[in-house]
Amino acid sequence: MADPELVRFTLDNGLRVVLAPDATAPVVGVSVHYDVGFRSEPEGRTGFAHLFEHLMFQGSESLEKLAHFRYVQSSGGSFNGSTHPDYTDYFEVLPAAALERALFLEADRMRAPKLTQENLANQIDVVKEEIRLNVLNRPYGGFPWITLPPVLYSTFPNAHNGYGGFEDLEQATLDDCAAFFDTYYSPANAVLTVAGDFTVEEARELIEKHFGDVPHRPAPERPSFAEPAPEGELRGEQNDPHAPLPAIGIGYRMPDPINDLDGYLANLVLAGVLTDGDGSRLQQRMVHREPLVVDIGAGAGLFGPFEARDPDTFTITAIHPPDVSTEQVLAALDEELEKLAATPPEDQELKKVTARWAASLHSEHDKLVSRTLALGSFELLYGDASLVYRLAEKMSAVTGEAVSAAAKALRPDSRAVLVVRPGSGSVESEQEGTEQ
Amino acid sequence: MSAPHRTAEEIGRTAAGPRPVPSLGTQRAAADLSHVDTTLSNGLRVLAVRKATVPLVELRVWIPFAGEDALHPATAEVLAETLLTGTARRDRIEIDADLALIGGDLGSGVDPERLSISGTSLAEGLPTMLDVLADALTGASYADAEVARERERLIERIAVSRTQPRTIAREALQKHRYGNHPAVREVPQAEDVAVVTPEQVRALHQASVLPRGSVLVLVGDIDPQTVIGDLEKALGGWASDRSAVRLPALPDLTGGNVLLVPRAGAVQSQIRLSAQTVSRTDPRYAALQLANLAYGGYFSSRLVENIREDKGYTYSAHSGFEFTDQTAVVNVDADTATDATAAALLETRYELARLGLVPPTADEVESVRQYAIGSLVTAASSQAGLAAQLAALAATGLGAEWLAEHPARLAAVTAEDVANAALEFFAPKRFTGVVVGDADVLAPKLKALGDVTVGEPA
Repeated sequence: MADPELVRFTLDNGLRVVLAPDATAPVVGVSVHYDVGFRSEPEGRTGFAHLFEHLMFQGSESLEKLAHFRYVQSSGGSFNGSTHPDYTDYFEVLPAAALERALFLEADRMRAPKLTQENLANQIDVVKEEIRLNVLNRPYGGFPWITLPPVLYSTFPNAHNGYGGFEDLEQATLDDCAAFFDTYYSPANAVLTVAGDFTVEEARELIEKHFGDVPHRPAPERPSFAEPAPEGELRGEQNDPHAPLPAIGIGYRMPDPINDLDGYLANLVLAGVLTDGDGSRLQQRMVHREPLVVDIGAGAGLFGPFEARDPDTFTITAIHPPDVSTEQVLAALDEELEKLAATPPEDQELKKVTARWAASLHSEHDKLVSRTLALGSFELLYGDASLVYRLAEKMSAVTGEAVSAAAKALRPDSRAVLVVRPGSGSVESEQEGTEQ
Repeated sequence: MSAPHRTAEEIGRTAAGPRPVPSLGTQRAAADLSHVDTTLSNGLRVLAVRKATVPLVELRVWIPFAGEDALHPATAEVLAETLLTGTARRDRIEIDADLALIGGDLGSGVDPERLSISGTSLAEGLPTMLDVLADALTGASYADAEVARERERLIERIAVSRTQPRTIAREALQKHRYGNHPAVREVPQAEDVAVVTPEQVRALHQASVLPRGSVLVLVGDIDPQTVIGDLEKALGGWASDRSAVRLPALPDLTGGNVLLVPRAGAVQSQIRLSAQTVSRTDPRYAALQLANLAYGGYFSSRLVENIREDKGYTYSAHSGFEFTDQTAVVNVDADTATDATAAALLETRYELARLGLVPPTADEVESVRQYAIGSLVTAASSQAGLAAQLAALAATGLGAEWLAEHPARLAAVTAEDVANAALEFFAPKRFTGVVVGDADVLAPKLKALGDVTVGEPA
């Protein structure tokens, strides 16, 4: 399939823009990616990037509290935002007639968000409820994305809880918010993406009209979050009072997603060979043949691939019955990795993985919201939105030898193993605010 | 964060001052979809829609799959888990390999009302996907070893599921509102699953995996006319004189006390309220849909603005319809910290009453109307979204025409219609439900609120 049309340019204030016109349905997607995620949070302010994401919805110079939601939805649209290790995104999908309105809403909060004490206090409460819902009151809540990094990584940016501790959240001040905004939320530190039913000339004009006078501020210097790989096997344990069965999370360091994309893609194919489908190696052996686990999954990234710069994590997670030991699970895994390291997988086995990837990429691009977000995040992280359209082809070019090499690099003596011990089912011991 | 920066107040204003919000442009209508809605010779209804946005095809099969037998939920669950694990022609790994090579996936699931099969593949792989589907529908073997293994996994998964607060709350709500009706048995009992035999699964397949009364939806890069012939050929061997088994009608909800179900030490409570409404075929449905959106059906609703954005009691509050066969109820859900639960229930009921007594303003009605129309267009813009919409409609006997006509129905609703629907369907007295949480802390306050009893559901 030919690449769809893609237009990229930069405004005088440094805002990068990606336009992807597509007239197949009368809808548009608009997103803004800011180049800051939870790895940039200062110590003592865990969860701040995410809390700040909430605050960006709470009003701006031209829009009272609640107005952002009301304007998007009364235009027939939907919205959301999400915080990742290395970026924060905001997005709307609306009927095409609302394009200018969506651009206005994003521009107004990029120019002059209204950060107030009242909204900060309210959103701290809302975020605490979000954490109770998704982490504290749920089995395997936060596993492994919150609980594995502190075992694998040793520096604060990589190891800390991106949802945040209640004490840190409660101590966040309005001045912290102002500093965070001025440092990270400048147009020069952001990418605006518009996809869907519009003409390039029309969109260009509207973007200039609404974003053109957002004053330039320099993008902050981006620190390296690099840290050495572990020099031995690191172990951690976690008691989960809600969990009925033991679980294990294994984290490995993987090739630099940006500067060694081919190596990174080989890891993605490896993850598929290991756990994608009933015929995959670990499913076959550990779920069906032996069987050692209830479920097992492998993947790149803590929330999925292509959402972080280096260092990024290759994760394997499994839930297993109490009579199976951690060591049994690890031994079977290591044996399968050794087999792959010794003998590259055949073409047919690779094709199963890459054909499924090609289909799932098509499916993702068919949803306007996913396509808009993918274009924006690839422009931000890779400086190249069009890479989105070449991923399937690049995946199919991964060789058996490359997958073999990737398997060889997942070494027992350079990984983190997190063991989740199930609770008795009682939740009485749980202390609010000490979620780990 | 000590670098020199502006204050929050300085950040929030510019020299030019606030600006006017741009008005909306002219909206183009979505293109008409080329589709076929027909019934195959085996009685299976088929909706096939051409939507060639990407070279894929989405498949949904819904088979009514009710059963009165005490072991039915467990047997049905094992059947759904093993339907695609082997046939006379393919073992489990061959099924996976055949599908993988066409970028495909097929999965099945079951609930008290139906067995559902979902699939996707590259469009060029559709013949293979249909072949695998037909193979499973007509020749699933339920090999002893596969049944034994899936039974074990299922028991383990049921254990995980029953620790999820949302599952606990859902089971409590089902029992509280529907008693012993088969609809309440959504997650089977582990001890029932343990005794399901391969023979029982094969017998259930014979008796209940039937084309007549079932629906198949195909959306994607296909020619709807020719695909019907392909389906007729592929699924011709799937035949029976009997019809798929429909769930007995649910009793109408008439309202009643909220049941406080104890969950010792929980840091958060689940509020789940429910009331009878009417289904999509009722002339009042469009107005009712808008009333629901105004109440709690979208973010800019009264409920969310009150208990989340004003008071911070919850991260997620929502109201929405649940359709079962020809009936529908509206459910209100919120998860709240223990300390905020009683106050959140008070506000939730207050907003129910207020919706009828101080009905949505013209602005509110316009907002929910645009939202309802816009969400239809957005959902229908992807193959998967459209397939999901059509499968849901087809279950009520509706089709693509209903979808195409619904924007006009929404456009015709008046503020008075919404007010009437609000007063008729959202009165607090019409609701019943459960709160699951730390009863030691919650009981005194909830009892003081009134219309709350404490205990386990019957």
